[in-house]
Amino acid sequence: MTHEIIIAGFGGQGVLSMGKILAYSGLMEGKEVTWMPAYGPEQRGGTANVTVILSDERISSPVLHSYDIAIVLNQPSLDKFEDKVKPGGILIYDSYGITTPPTRTDIECYCIDATEIAAQMNNSKAFNMIVLGGLLKLCPMVTMDSVIKGLKKSLPERHHKLIPMNEQAIYKGMESIVPMKR
Amino acid sequence: MNACAPGKMQYNDNYKGKHNMSEEVKLMKGNEAIAHAAIRYGADGYFGYPITPQSEVMETLMALKPWEDTGMVVLQAESEVAAINMVYGGASCGKAVMTSSSSPGVSLKQEGISYCAGAELPCLVVNVMRGGPGLGTIQPSQADYFQATKGGGHGDYHLIVLAPASVQEMADFVGLGFDLAFKYRNPAMILADGVIGQMMEKVVLPPYRPRRTEEEIRKTMPWATQGRTPDRERNVITSLELDPAIMEQRNIKLQATYRRIEENEIRYEKLNCEGADYLMVAFGSMARICQKTIELAAAEGIKLGLLRPITLWPFPYAAINETAKGKKGVLVAELNAGQMIEDVKLAVNCSLPVEHFGRLGGIVPSPDEVLAAIKEKLM
Repeated sequence: MTHEIIIAGFGGQGVLSMGKILAYSGLMEGKEVTWMPAYGPEQRGGTANVTVILSDERISSPVLHSYDIAIVLNQPSLDKFEDKVKPGGILIYDSYGITTPPTRTDIECYCIDATEIAAQMNNSKAFNMIVLGGLLKLCPMVTMDSVIKGLKKSLPERHHKLIPMNEQAIYKGMESIVPMKR
Repeated sequence: MNACAPGKMQYNDNYKGKHNMSEEVKLMKGNEAIAHAAIRYGADGYFGYPITPQSEVMETLMALKPWEDTGMVVLQAESEVAAINMVYGGASCGKAVMTSSSSPGVSLKQEGISYCAGAELPCLVVNVMRGGPGLGTIQPSQADYFQATKGGGHGDYHLIVLAPASVQEMADFVGLGFDLAFKYRNPAMILADGVIGQMMEKVVLPPYRPRRTEEEIRKTMPWATQGRTPDRERNVITSLELDPAIMEQRNIKLQATYRRIEENEIRYEKLNCEGADYLMVAFGSMARICQKTIELAAAEGIKLGLLRPITLWPFPYAAINETAKGKKGVLVAELNAGQMIEDVKLAVNCSLPVEHFGRLGGIVPSPDEVLAAIKEKLM
């Protein structure tokens, strides 16, 4: 089983670190993983994206043209990656700031109001973990146990006290993801 | 084929370093793997100057503070030129020293690299390539193939050029590069690119081995400038020789070394070549992309094989010639406008069509673009 995932959004939304935690979680389960960030002008221009591949087999290309799952967290990312979801694939987006929702009907579109939930939780930093929770609800590619282990691996020790908050945010995300209203 | 054979790395497992917990699978960037592997190899010094997309090499070394543990020196020089000349100095003393940079920075180092080659100094230079020419872009590229394999600096010389295609190989080739450099008294280069440097993958780091002692250096490198002892004349390290007759002899000696390297150190990997109708030749990140192209092609009933040169110099001419036999055509895929294709054409000697596919200036193609190129150019 292989999951080819693109996560894209504004810089500062935790796009790269969400990908990193997903990659570490895969590592904990003995999967093959690659994490390939766009480190170029995109990063400097305010948007960020990362390609994460989790697989049971040796991974060939870390660079892809189409994805099983696209997680898009702003309008430019939605515009850029909606067309790049494989037919039958999944698109997850946060409706905050989205003026033109996805239109494709050959893919499954899901909405998660992570910005709003993070605001309710009074913790904007929980945003990316809420989104991760939504992803794992739809597609439990790694266990919660591995995610916690992955968090421990990817966060410096001084931040380990934040893990319960992150866990809570992931569960919150799992409860909150809904199919897009057509 | 094991990427590190022949000349497989020898590590001393008995060393009990501070971080001695090897064999654990880690997740890290290619650039970080270079830094970890350098410490574990027992490198004596790293001299560098920051440039995207390889700045994590020095960042990681600075964070790991090997000077507190193994005694390895890590120094941010005032420029790339200073860094390569610090390498020249360290290597003259028989030390295992290295530098890393990206394309524009490696251009600056060329004078020093030529001097190292001329003075027969073993050292390791890492180039995490970005798009050029000039200051170019910070995105991945393979446009320094000519520079790395055909000279780069002035004079008749060659570097031993290793092209990693994974984070694991970034780690493995530090030890391999140093070992080959010392074996032949010749600079070695790791020619990576922004993809391999920036992506994170699983890696098992090599075990720790101690830095060479002064005594070991004296024994294995009698040419090193460690201070004259009563039993021998002073050692002189220089690339300067004004008498052309002597200079010619030096060149002849260098050429003999290059012939020995060509005989013994060619490395490559073959994937799916048996029974394939078309052959792709690609190195580094482009070879990874071509692996996916093989999968995409198979789904359409097209049989593709891939030959990945691991040593770009010495180049696997004979292996490519042999593998290309009976194929309908060869596609050379590179992140440049057509550089390695010249060597591939030499290898197959006009016996079959050889076409090129490349993206330029920092654009990384997707696997289906490579497949489209095969259909368009060879089918």
